[in-house]
Amino acid sequence: MGRSVRKILTHLERLEAESIHILREVVAEAERPVMLYSVGKDSAVMLHLARKAFYPSPPPFPLLHVDTTWKFRDMYALRERMAEESGMELLVHQNPEAKARGINPFDHGPLHTDMWKTEGLKQALDQYGFDVAFGGARRDEEKSRAKERVFSFRSANHRWDPKNQRPELWNLYNAKKSKGESIRVFPISNWTELDIWQYIHLNDIPIAPLYFSAPRPTIMRDGLLLMVDDERFPLKPGEMPVMRSIRFRTLGCYPLTGAVESNAKTLPEVIQEMLLTTTSERQGRAIDRDGGDSSMEKKKQEGYF
Amino acid sequence: MSAPTYKTETLIAEDIEAYLERHQHKGLLRFITCGSVDDGKSTLIGRLLYDSKMIFEDQLAALEADSKRVGTQGPEIDFALLVDGLAAEREQGITIDVAYRFFTTEKRKFIVADTPGHEQYTRNMVTGASTADLAIILIDARKGVLTQTRRHSYLAHLIGIRNFVLAVNKMDLVGYSQKVFDDIVADYRAFAASIGIAAFTAMPISAFKGDNITGPSVNTPWYKGKPLIEHLENVDVDGASDDSKPLRMAVQWVNRPNLDFRGFAGQIATGAARRGDAIRVLPSGKTSTLSRIVTMDGDLEQAVAGQSVTFCLADEIDCSRGDVIAAAAHSPEVADQFEATLVWMAEEPLAPGRAYWLKLAAQTASARVQAPKYAVNVNTMERLAAKTLDLNGIGVAELTTDKPIVFEPYAENRTLGGFILIDKITNATVGAGMLNFSLRRAQNVHWQALEVSREAHARLKNQKPMVLWFTGISGSGKSTIANLVEKKLSRMNRHTFLLDGDNIRHGLNKDLGFTDADRIENIRRVGEVAKLMADAGLIVVTAFISPFKAERDMVRAMLPEGEFCEIFIDTPLAQAEARDVKGLYKKARAGKLKNFTGIDSPYEPPTNAEVRIDTNAMTPESAADAIIAKLIP
Repeated sequence: MGRSVRKILTHLERLEAESIHILREVVAEAERPVMLYSVGKDSAVMLHLARKAFYPSPPPFPLLHVDTTWKFRDMYALRERMAEESGMELLVHQNPEAKARGINPFDHGPLHTDMWKTEGLKQALDQYGFDVAFGGARRDEEKSRAKERVFSFRSANHRWDPKNQRPELWNLYNAKKSKGESIRVFPISNWTELDIWQYIHLNDIPIAPLYFSAPRPTIMRDGLLLMVDDERFPLKPGEMPVMRSIRFRTLGCYPLTGAVESNAKTLPEVIQEMLLTTTSERQGRAIDRDGGDSSMEKKKQEGYF
Repeated sequence: MSAPTYKTETLIAEDIEAYLERHQHKGLLRFITCGSVDDGKSTLIGRLLYDSKMIFEDQLAALEADSKRVGTQGPEIDFALLVDGLAAEREQGITIDVAYRFFTTEKRKFIVADTPGHEQYTRNMVTGASTADLAIILIDARKGVLTQTRRHSYLAHLIGIRNFVLAVNKMDLVGYSQKVFDDIVADYRAFAASIGIAAFTAMPISAFKGDNITGPSVNTPWYKGKPLIEHLENVDVDGASDDSKPLRMAVQWVNRPNLDFRGFAGQIATGAARRGDAIRVLPSGKTSTLSRIVTMDGDLEQAVAGQSVTFCLADEIDCSRGDVIAAAAHSPEVADQFEATLVWMAEEPLAPGRAYWLKLAAQTASARVQAPKYAVNVNTMERLAAKTLDLNGIGVAELTTDKPIVFEPYAENRTLGGFILIDKITNATVGAGMLNFSLRRAQNVHWQALEVSREAHARLKNQKPMVLWFTGISGSGKSTIANLVEKKLSRMNRHTFLLDGDNIRHGLNKDLGFTDADRIENIRRVGEVAKLMADAGLIVVTAFISPFKAERDMVRAMLPEGEFCEIFIDTPLAQAEARDVKGLYKKARAGKLKNFTGIDSPYEPPTNAEVRIDTNAMTPESAADAIIAKLIP
């Protein structure tokens, strides 16, 4: 009492402490939690926070990657490395029906996301019987996410009801649920894109090299600058991959993720570019565009993360 | 109107490392904006995001297009569209939930809780305010201090906010008149003092035009205070008071990777911890010493309020999830009866006497709330007599937990004083509350250890005590069958006693009516009496409608496993009504009898009854025989 240990926590320290608190609440109250790991920068931070929360134990839950088979090759390499480093079990789920029907982003449009990601995620959660799944969504990403709770309740068929969310007060989270129901938990809800980058910088967290600029083979198509990451990319007549200095602000399926031309080769340069840029992060994602103004909200109601 | 250019931009462009270094050390301020639909709340938040460059070009293009399509500001940008997130809201032009927004200035990072201004207001505002350090109370300069202004201020103060900004908005519409501003501030000052708000900062603004937001406005030369952003950047809220309190940390999780390590993980609520400090674990009261403060970045010599850490103790003492690690010399109280202020958040009203889950810090207990001492009219702050609390109702009530809780009054410690109530059947969060103090009777009334045990009572009577709990709608035949069962048991030399609904209501429960709250209390008392009789070794037969599953389960939980037998007398409503021995259904249908089960009050059929009697398939005689054959070996 009254000792002169006054130390004002920085915003990143407060965010970190809040996220760790959330991760621990889930582990204490859930029966079978899992961490959705998408190999992007937000996943990287979430995984790092989990390692901090349970240190010296490894995080007491597995990582789940809902794979579409169309991620960048660099992402698959990083995924294996991080599972190894964290000492966690890595589960990879690929929707067998999407695989059998050869669903791909070039021929099937929105069906690609729906089957590989939305359906694949539901299948994996049901198959393993996970009752709580951590996700790396942030409230500053998109308008409907700004309203989602940290503990986001899902019905037995994985639906989100935005009008019937549980009030969330203080740092008290209600993890009670009936059999069959599940909860998606977002430990980094209150982080912004800048927070994520700065935290990666300060903690030296490994991320995919795709976030840094390098000469890469590209195609300009429908206003998106796409990278030709492997031989499955079908070129239209007259299209020729062009080497450009590019990097990515978010990572997803390579045929759906737009790159930006850039010379930012280091983290500070990436942050600098982000701060001076004039377009929002998800703008490079084709997935938000189909379905009009409320597309993300609709996807979330149907079970997309 | 273009956004002002910050010096920051130059720094980012010229020396990103220096910028990052500076940004890294920024603190955080969480605030809530309180205002009604027309006060310009969304416009203010949109303005803050816009002026602090948190809006990107693609969002701005969408905003401009939306403004033309559905905006309310003519050709100008409608900032409100930026923050109304969900599709339904954009269509209806209202905000329906709590949303969180983020922006950063040169000195601080901000998280804004944006809450709606219509009927669900109390619930959402309390939710948003629970994590806020500061509240901005918005007033429309043309309207002055309104009922809503008083309500917002009361709620924000109730939830513990002590930093207030009175933002008198739409000053452009009153010609930037100093007199208008001064009159409003004087009005508000008188009111604020009456509810205990000691200080507030008032400023004249126009969120729409941008006056006194980021810089001083040329339109209000008479205003000598800081613009809004500058005030938010500098106001002192950094939890200084939490650091100077004694140490408290609720244990969330015990970390046990191997036999050599046992750590207690949690977030420090108040105070500071130093390696070597003497600590006490509550509720056990055992003491030890902090041997290590563990983090992945290395052990710490000390940690402060707000940090998530892992403690190791020098001694092997019992400590598990829910326990509180506290400064040894200043430990918090432990109690099981409290006075609390409650905010009700569910459509279904508070059921006094019903058991809910109470979650406080990492502790979960079963809790029963008594009928409120009073409810508060949030528009007038009047105290009103109340039997329950409806959605958005606020009141003060006593509550009892089934096990001791480590706590501190909310005014001293938000973490150990704030709780939520969870419905045991739907799992919904139905209420939130703040513990005011513990009731002395809990501290002084201890259980008397009985020398003649309940087992001894039962042995003397040569029987296993039981409660045969008959449930069913009025006219189902409960009392008839229960009477037969008792007669038959008596002939078998069993010691029995029958508690009948109507008879109890003439005596013990004659003060109770038929509202949901009274029905719950009725069953609670009958349950307690039946339990005492079972303790005395009797076989107790009860015949009560007992319409709610929650209360039947409550009585079940009072008794040892296997001593509670629920007997469901299953008669279709139409049949009971046709029979109508007491003429009650007729009266209820005629509207002369309120809250009649099956007519205007629900009956929840048992799902886990030990015995179900289908009265269409059996006579009362054979039903009684079947029950005895099943239950009495």
